[in-house]
Amino acid sequence: MADGTLSPAPGAAAEPLREPRGPKPRKRFSRRNIFIYGTLIFVSAYYLLPLYVMVATSLKGMPEIRIGNIFAPPLEITFQPWVKAWSEACTGLNCDGLSRGFWNSVRITVPSVLISIVVASINGYALANWRFKGADIFFTILIVGAFIPYQVMIYPIVIVLREIGLYGSVWGLVIVHTIFGMPILTLLFRNYFTSIPEELFRAARVDGAGFWGIYFKIMLPMALPIFVVAIILQVTGIWNDFLFGVIYTKPDTYPMTVQLNNIVNSVQGVKEYNVNMAATILTGLVPLVIYFVSGKLFVRGIAEGAVKG
Amino acid sequence: MESVSIKDVSLSFGPIEVLKTLNLDVRDGEFIVLLGPSGCGKSTLLNCIAGLLDVSDGQIFIKGKNVTWEEPKDRGIGMVFQSYALYPQMTVEGNLSFGLKNQGMARADIARRIARAAEILQIEPLLKRKPGQLSGGQRQRVAIGRALVRDVDVFLFDEPLSNLDAKLRSELRVEIKRLHQQLENTMIYVTHDQIEALTLADRIAVMKSGVIQQLDDPLTIYNKPANLFVAGFIGSPSMNFFNGRVDGTGTSAWFETATMRLPLTNYRPDGTLVPGRDVILGVRPEQIRINDPDADAGLTVDAVVDVEEPMGADSLVWVKVDGQALSVRTEAGTRFNPGDPVKITFNLALASIFDAQLETRI
Repeated sequence: MADGTLSPAPGAAAEPLREPRGPKPRKRFSRRNIFIYGTLIFVSAYYLLPLYVMVATSLKGMPEIRIGNIFAPPLEITFQPWVKAWSEACTGLNCDGLSRGFWNSVRITVPSVLISIVVASINGYALANWRFKGADIFFTILIVGAFIPYQVMIYPIVIVLREIGLYGSVWGLVIVHTIFGMPILTLLFRNYFTSIPEELFRAARVDGAGFWGIYFKIMLPMALPIFVVAIILQVTGIWNDFLFGVIYTKPDTYPMTVQLNNIVNSVQGVKEYNVNMAATILTGLVPLVIYFVSGKLFVRGIAEGAVKG
Repeated sequence: MESVSIKDVSLSFGPIEVLKTLNLDVRDGEFIVLLGPSGCGKSTLLNCIAGLLDVSDGQIFIKGKNVTWEEPKDRGIGMVFQSYALYPQMTVEGNLSFGLKNQGMARADIARRIARAAEILQIEPLLKRKPGQLSGGQRQRVAIGRALVRDVDVFLFDEPLSNLDAKLRSELRVEIKRLHQQLENTMIYVTHDQIEALTLADRIAVMKSGVIQQLDDPLTIYNKPANLFVAGFIGSPSMNFFNGRVDGTGTSAWFETATMRLPLTNYRPDGTLVPGRDVILGVRPEQIRINDPDADAGLTVDAVVDVEEPMGADSLVWVKVDGQALSVRTEAGTRFNPGDPVKITFNLALASIFDAQLETRI
């Protein structure tokens, strides 16, 4: 256009402006959208339906359950099954519900997670940054450890724990969890610390920081995202563990998962579906909370760690 | 007195020899540039001096003290890295004070050191910021500051300007030179950029495959390269080379190719020109003139213009002599068209002649 302005040509003055401008218009009900949202809705329903059945059933009384319509919402909401599951349900001789197992699980999970993550992060840092003699062999052995099936080690560990007098105790199980978490966690931390630019490590050495100085002042503050990942991995893994719990502890020290199994599977009179459902949800609550809480932390950790050097 | 002295240092990673019995003496207050293509061992040598890599053999002295087995912090060095390597979670002030805190220095002394460094580098307004909030040039200034506050004898720079854009690079280059003039510290500077090397260095050590090829001041390196590698590596565009042979001796020697015969009357050989010897003649683009009316006919040959590259201050003309391309630097203003026949004249007083087999300067 000669004058450089965007006025419509004289003949087309009546026609509305059809030139592209601004955001591209999109159809809300395009075939693409219908497909994507349809799939998402179907899959979510598929996963959420069992949860719905569990919650609904746990809030019903036994008479209502006997009607047999498991998809119907509760007519009379009652929290009695939850109370029973937490503090009254019987397993063997004890009739104090899941609460005992919950606290056992807490006493097992907290030290296991803390010890394994502290040790693994130091391992990973040493393997990534201080190329000590035999580092490669040490690392290979650790990785091979991750591939040895648990079943092979169960009985030898029973003997070892018996010999050192920890068999059946909470601390015995803590040791087992710490050891079994070590290969994968060390790998996780090593790979993360390897991705931190080596020049940063070198600069810190020139600045006179030693092994611990670099770990605490340089590496640790940058490793928040990987710590969150490790915590999620360990808390859910150890909390959900059943096999080690049932093998290495006694009824007094059974973790929550084992106790849940005993409640659900014990056959004394009527099967109380509502109590079983409540107990199951209670047991699964901790990993669920961890996912919800740390999910946010995780994203924030990544955002903070994304400072480009 | 020697500030840094490297004696017979070797370094191998398994079967790969990165440094081969290398010797280098750096004088007090000198600015040495280690220059070479990537993989030549220049950064490795710097890391050995810093103590970040253990040498396989040999000794390293800093200020007369044998530091071969000392930790980096005990060597009296400060280092600046290519990727700045600033601690991302600390403020600029935290970055500057980290090394001093590790030394256990008193808080008042630390504050004084930081204030001085910040003033020299003009980063006072940035002290409370984190590295993520700084531009590339500011970050590199802080990285230099981190070496500066340590008040060390020797500064080590590992390609400090390579991550910056061209404009910032030339600005910081001048600043580093000014800093050196102000502090009069010893500086060892690794780069692959020959402009940085030529502009900054008191002496340049040109390296190739773990060996120092030539150690000289920039002008000598540029005008009298010790061998074919140095001649080809330094200078942009690079030196023009002709394969030929020597005819005659002394001041009556000639350089001969199949189609050219040039008198070497003005050339001052380091060694002796042996008649019949296969040699390579190297002439820089600015040592060739185009269509010079006062030219010596004996040093002039016919050529055809191939491509012209105007560069503002001057122009680069690529011409062909008997099919061989060579570049000629001319004044800006005269334009040439492809295919133009021209006459080019060599200034052999400033040329270089290399032995074709040994590739060393004659």
